[in-house]
Amino acid sequence: MSGWVDACAADEIETEDLIRFDHGGRSFCIYRSPEDTFHATDGLCTHEKIHLSGGLVMDDVVECPKHNGRFNYKTGAALGAPVCVNLATYPVKVEGGRVLIQIG
Amino acid sequence: MNAIAEVAVIGAGEVGARSALALRRLGFAGSIALIGEDPLEPYELPPLSKDFITSEEAPRTKTIASLADFAAAQIDYRRGVAARALDRGQKRIVLSNGETMGYGRLLIASGSSPRRLAIPGIAPDEVHVLRNAAEALALRDAFRPGRKVAVIGGGFIGLELASSARKRGAHVSVIEGLDRILKRGVPAEIASVVEARHRQAGVDFHVNTSILSGETRAGRHYLKLSDGTMLEADVIVVGIGAVPNTGLAEAAGLAIENGIRVDDQFRTSDPDIFAAGDCANFPHPVYGGRRLRLESWRAAVEHAAHVARAMMGETVRYDAAPWFWSDQYDLVLQVAGLIDEGETTIRRPIGGETFLLGHFAADGRIVAASGIGPGDSVARDLRLAEMMIQRSMTPDPAIFADPAASLKTLLKPK
Repeated sequence: MSGWVDACAADEIETEDLIRFDHGGRSFCIYRSPEDTFHATDGLCTHEKIHLSGGLVMDDVVECPKHNGRFNYKTGAALGAPVCVNLATYPVKVEGGRVLIQIG
Repeated sequence: MNAIAEVAVIGAGEVGARSALALRRLGFAGSIALIGEDPLEPYELPPLSKDFITSEEAPRTKTIASLADFAAAQIDYRRGVAARALDRGQKRIVLSNGETMGYGRLLIASGSSPRRLAIPGIAPDEVHVLRNAAEALALRDAFRPGRKVAVIGGGFIGLELASSARKRGAHVSVIEGLDRILKRGVPAEIASVVEARHRQAGVDFHVNTSILSGETRAGRHYLKLSDGTMLEADVIVVGIGAVPNTGLAEAAGLAIENGIRVDDQFRTSDPDIFAAGDCANFPHPVYGGRRLRLESWRAAVEHAAHVARAMMGETVRYDAAPWFWSDQYDLVLQVAGLIDEGETTIRRPIGGETFLLGHFAADGRIVAASGIGPGDSVARDLRLAEMMIQRSMTPDPAIFADPAASLKTLLKPK
């Protein structure tokens, strides 16, 4: 399976933060964890399709800026009401200072 | 026919529906009955004043849980049925369909109802209120291009309806009895941003103004205002707060005090009966046990999770800061904590027109935060402030006010 897409430079994302990445009519979030690992998920909350890019990243968790639905951005797991549907995650690799995500 | 439920839940809104499902997820194996008056599957209330009214397509309620979800969780969901009486001695409820239901433990999640306003000269059914989907549909239909809408009450609901009516092309006047809008909800600096945005959209305000009387002629209403205006309106809608639905509990002799009085485990004065959500008055540990009754979507979601655990016998600590939000036009306003606990206010600019206000008590604790800005611009900092409030932290006001400093550093000193 291919589909690796260049999303951004690694240093565009601050530690324990995220950026929004739009590609092919879809929206994604790319995260840099406190441990300096990179992760990618769908960009919209599974509750009300709010952009998660405006939300807060704390440890392994991203929180929707609107209704506070929380997800583990490393696994996509929904962490309780109001969200009950997990967030899709995507493989990520860093090459030459660039963050690439594999969009199926 | 008589039924028995080991747990009965009165009210199938955000609290009732979610707590019934949470009990099952927590492993409760006994019978659960959920009694809800609304004929629709449980749905979220916040969209009703906003997207539900303004959407181009025919609006649909945002379902919290479907009939299939309740069936899968083996919850006996009685839709379109109200609880009419509660007999605590016999531990049973009389339902509106004539049935009697016995219970082992009971959760009252009866919510609140919009406060109504009698206007001399106007028929009561000409005065809209908003609480349920049917009422929102009626407003959607009433808000048409060119129509004149009188919104009585400059609180969150009234202003969200004003915004929605403008989006639908109606003319809007807001009438507020106090000297400014959002007087009970947010500081003056935030209210003035909201008011300016409404004025820019063409909304007309009458503050410090009451309605003396009205009349209806040829389908149009004429409201005589205390500021001397004779206001014409095709539509009148009132948003002047809500009253807790305590009738059933009060008649059954439960302790009532601005809502159904519960302890920190959401237990009423009857140990087998719990109450949560808009109808419940509970002590908040972050504010020294100060009693609160909240009308907040997020409190409802969180109450549901906590009361379900308390009903399972777990000792819970509900310390989430009260949290509200409002969407008007492109602006989002958020408030966490209790502003009236604060003595001083520290302003934190966030970029553009967005700002956050931190409300600090005399002992340096941050007790509330409020903010406003377009889209989600205020959300992150407000969430960080909310965590500080919940932890009764005393953040350095100079760092709090510095837009170059991350609030995360206050929360998690490196």
